[in-house]
Amino acid sequence: MNDMSESDRLPTLPKRSVVSMAGEKLLEFIIRLSGISAIVFVLAIFFFIFREAAPIFFSENFNLVKFLFNAEWYPTSVTNVRYGTLALTVGSISVTLLAMSIAVPFGLGSAVYISEFCSPRLKEALKIIIELLAAIPSVVWGFIGLTVMSRTIISLTGAPVGVNLLNGGLILALMSVPIIVSIAEDALKAVPDSYREAALALGATNWQVVYRVLLPSAKNGLLAAVLLGIGRSVGETMAVLMATGHAVQIPHGLLDSVRTLTANIAAELGEASASSDHYHVLFLTGVLLFILTFAVNLTADFVIRGIRRK
Amino acid sequence: MAAEQKQNSIQTRNLNLWYGEFQALKSVSVDVKNGLITALIGPSGCGKTTLLRCFNRINERFPYVRTQGEIVILGKNIYDPDVSLIELRKSVGMVFQRPNPIPISVYENVLFGLRIHHRLGHFKKAYLEEIVEKSLTEVGLWKDLRDRLKVKATTLQLEQQQKLCIARLLPLKPEIILMDEPCSALDVEGTRSIEDLMYKLRGRYTIVIVTHNMAQARRVSDECIFMLLGEKIEHSRTEDLFLKPQNPKTGEYIEGRYG
Repeated sequence: MNDMSESDRLPTLPKRSVVSMAGEKLLEFIIRLSGISAIVFVLAIFFFIFREAAPIFFSENFNLVKFLFNAEWYPTSVTNVRYGTLALTVGSISVTLLAMSIAVPFGLGSAVYISEFCSPRLKEALKIIIELLAAIPSVVWGFIGLTVMSRTIISLTGAPVGVNLLNGGLILALMSVPIIVSIAEDALKAVPDSYREAALALGATNWQVVYRVLLPSAKNGLLAAVLLGIGRSVGETMAVLMATGHAVQIPHGLLDSVRTLTANIAAELGEASASSDHYHVLFLTGVLLFILTFAVNLTADFVIRGIRRK
Repeated sequence: MAAEQKQNSIQTRNLNLWYGEFQALKSVSVDVKNGLITALIGPSGCGKTTLLRCFNRINERFPYVRTQGEIVILGKNIYDPDVSLIELRKSVGMVFQRPNPIPISVYENVLFGLRIHHRLGHFKKAYLEEIVEKSLTEVGLWKDLRDRLKVKATTLQLEQQQKLCIARLLPLKPEIILMDEPCSALDVEGTRSIEDLMYKLRGRYTIVIVTHNMAQARRVSDECIFMLLGEKIEHSRTEDLFLKPQNPKTGEYIEGRYG
């Protein structure tokens, strides 16, 4: 009798309602969708750019080899239209290289300083200021290039024009440093503290900890930081449009004006009449840009994998 | 006096330490005898790890740590301004709670200490290889790892990693080895082999070990220091501390009344 009433009172596990289970399925579906959407968007962007560019391949004025390896860009010439983008590509690459040769040492250096050497209070202040630097609109950077930087370059070097490769490179360097710093700082922060203690306890100095332990441990993250900096530089448009002088030529020195792929598209697309050859070739320039950044990312990916396998 | 100095590897006098406002060590005076294994025991938060981390001044990497008092190691107060932290840490090696080999090869881990204290190319390759073999043999890893010296150290088993962490101290020829709960991340087998290793190293090095595990303290140590709430309560030979504790607090802790 007593046993019976005891077993009657045994609690049962409550079941989940149908609504709750369906809700979970729905949520899962939405999350999966947003995960996949990145792929869809990339493909869609590539597709639409390429669709706008495709008709140029059927134009008699167009030759792919000349497009890639000829430096003459005369898209609006009445008698002899030439669509050579070599000067633009070289312009993009040279500005980026110059910017990175300045931004990478400064960016990684300040990341190391912020993460390892400075006091907590200074660290907070520096991080806020660097984020502020990243928040400056690119057109404002362009202004600075056009006015302050240009005048300074003229008075220091005596160059005839202040808007040139050097100017664009400096501006781009300033713009990429905040990204490089914040990603690199994250990478250094992710190195377990026990590695630092291990090295310190063996008598390493702070500097030895940095280059013997931190840099090797964080190399993937640091490389990612550099790549994002490169991506930023290659893709930047407004600031380089204003600071590089916008002259289509292969530069022979730091003080030559250049034009980049991005600036060229931004400046000319508004003037090109829709579905003209000029319009289509500008889109093809976009495809070229796309391939360029894609190549950079892919190489980086391989490099990182290579490091990992080691 | 001179004899006493020789007998004690570590002497602290009225050592106080604060983490910000919190006082973690209260006027601690201990003498750690040369060549013996001394265990620091006590409940969590009693300051045993803090005390251990004073002996190579690794505590000081945090700016909120403030220390007062004297620690004489190998005849020199390590808080004197003319002490070289680098030399101190070469003579006083440390093994941590979680094995922390650096994510480079086994070979380079063993040589890490030498590499940071000497210029590149200071040593012949054959000499370095000999050192690696000797150090790994000493901790019983050579047989297992002789063909895997290029493997990244962080991929080894935890037990091997911890032995490697001991092996990498040896090329610097330390006098003292500090161990902060070296077995807490290991299983029974790993614990046993680290304890065996400690016993092998006993005599040649002064070993100070922090442990939570009273049975371990009893197994491995020659002397025991019992700490409570930042104070040294009792310091005596291990058998005496466990069998005839002088202080009632020690007795109660050993019986498991608190902790």
